[in-house]
Amino acid sequence: MKQTAVALGVAAVLVAASCALAQREKQASPGYKADANVYEELAKAPDKARTKRNPLESDPDAVAAGRYLFEQHCSECHGITADGTSKAPSLRAAEVQAAAPGAIFWILTNGVVRRGMPVWSKLPEPRRWQLVSFLKSLGTQKAADRKTE
Amino acid sequence: MRLHPFIPMITAFGFFAALALFSDSTRAQESPYFVTYDHYLEEPGNLEVELFSTFGTQRDGNNFNSFWTEFEYGATAWWTTELYLEGQTTLQDSTLFTGWRFENRFRPLKREHLLNPILYVEYEEISAADKVLKEVEGHDVASDFLAPNGEARKDHKQELELKLILSSTVKGWNFAENTIAAKNLSNEPWEFGYAFAASRPLALKASATRCSFCRQNFSAGAEMYGGLGDRHSFGLHDTSHYLAPVVAWTLPSDWTLRLSAGFGLNGNSHAFLMRWGVSREIAGFGSMFRNLFRGSR
Repeated sequence: MKQTAVALGVAAVLVAASCALAQREKQASPGYKADANVYEELAKAPDKARTKRNPLESDPDAVAAGRYLFEQHCSECHGITADGTSKAPSLRAAEVQAAAPGAIFWILTNGVVRRGMPVWSKLPEPRRWQLVSFLKSLGTQKAADRKTE
Repeated sequence: MRLHPFIPMITAFGFFAALALFSDSTRAQESPYFVTYDHYLEEPGNLEVELFSTFGTQRDGNNFNSFWTEFEYGATAWWTTELYLEGQTTLQDSTLFTGWRFENRFRPLKREHLLNPILYVEYEEISAADKVLKEVEGHDVASDFLAPNGEARKDHKQELELKLILSSTVKGWNFAENTIAAKNLSNEPWEFGYAFAASRPLALKASATRCSFCRQNFSAGAEMYGGLGDRHSFGLHDTSHYLAPVVAWTLPSDWTLRLSAGFGLNGNSHAFLMRWGVSREIAGFGSMFRNLFRGSR
C-alpha cells in the first residue's frame, strides 16, 4: 500500500512536471513572430542536406498533397494559414521562403526537439518533399492580405 | 474487483465514441506495432487515447481476452508520458481489473541519426492475473496463465521496467529493436526480454485528396518478441517467443485501427494471439486542459 502511494506520488509529480515544462516551453517563445532566433535552425542544415534538390519539384500534385499533409500534421501548431501561432513560428516568413528546399526538408526530418518541433521522419521522404513543395508555394504574403485581394 | 464481462468494453467504447464526437484531432502516421516501440514520440501537447485487446488461446486451460487502455501524452518533443489501465476476461472464469502502468519515454539526442535511441522507464503495479502480454520477459511462459482468476488476483507485483529502444527509418522502412530489463521490486532477479520489428507504409507518397482506402493509409510489417531469462539463468530455455504480422489503417476520420495475428514459436508460448487496437489522437489537449483552469480572458 505504501509503495502504491509512493508510486502515485511520483506519477503525480511527473505529470505536474510535464505540464509545467510544456507551459515553460510555450512561455519561452511568447511571440514566435517577433523572435528571429527561431529561424536560426535553418542555417544549421549541413551543406549536403541544403543542396539536396526536391525530387518532386515538377510533380503537379505535390503542392496539393503537401497542403493536405500540412493540414493533417502541421496546422495545429503553425496555424491553418501557416502564419504561425503562439506555439510555432510562421512558415511564410522570409527566412523560410528564402531557405533552400533541402534545408526545410532537413528541419522536417530532424525537428527542433528542444524548441518543441517534433521529428517528422515518420513521414516517408516523398511526403516530406511534398510538404516542402507546399511550404515553398506559400510565399511571404500574409493570408489576410490575400483575402483582401 | 469483479466486473460484468462487458462493462469495461462498453465503457471504453462509450469513451471513444464521445471523443470521436467532441474532439479536434490530428492524424499522424501511426506505427502498426503492439509490443515493439519505435523512436517516434507523441507530438507535444497531444493526447492519444488507445484501446487494445488481445485474444489468446490457452493450452490446458481457458482462452482469454485481455484489454488495456492507454493515455499517451506528449509532454515535450523529447518526453512522452503514458498511463495504462488493464483488465482481462478468462472464458468460463471471470473479468478482472488487473492493474496499471505508468511509463515515460525520453529522447536523448537532438537530431535524427541512423540509429535513434529512446530511454524507457516504466513502473507497473499489476496482479498475476494480468494477461495483456504487453511485453514478454524472463521466463514468462503460457502455463503462467493457468491459475484461476480468483487465485491469481491475490498475487500482486510492483515492477520497474527499463527499455533501450533503438529505431531507424530508411527508405520508408522502420526497423525497431527493444531490449528489456525488468525488476520485480520484491527481491526477485532482473529479467530480460527483447522485441524487434519492421514495417513500411504501403505507399510512400500522399495523395492530394482525402481517401479511406488509399495505400498511403495502410502500414504493414511484422514484430517478434520473447523472453531471455533472468540474471541467474540468462538464455532461451524456458522462455516463450512470438512472431506476429501487423497492420495499421489510419482513417481520414482520424481513427487508427491496428490488427495483429501472433503465433507462438515454441511449446512454452500461447499458440495464437489475436490483437486489435483502436486509437485517436486529441490535438492540443494540453492547451485545452490548461484553459479549463484559466478561465476566459
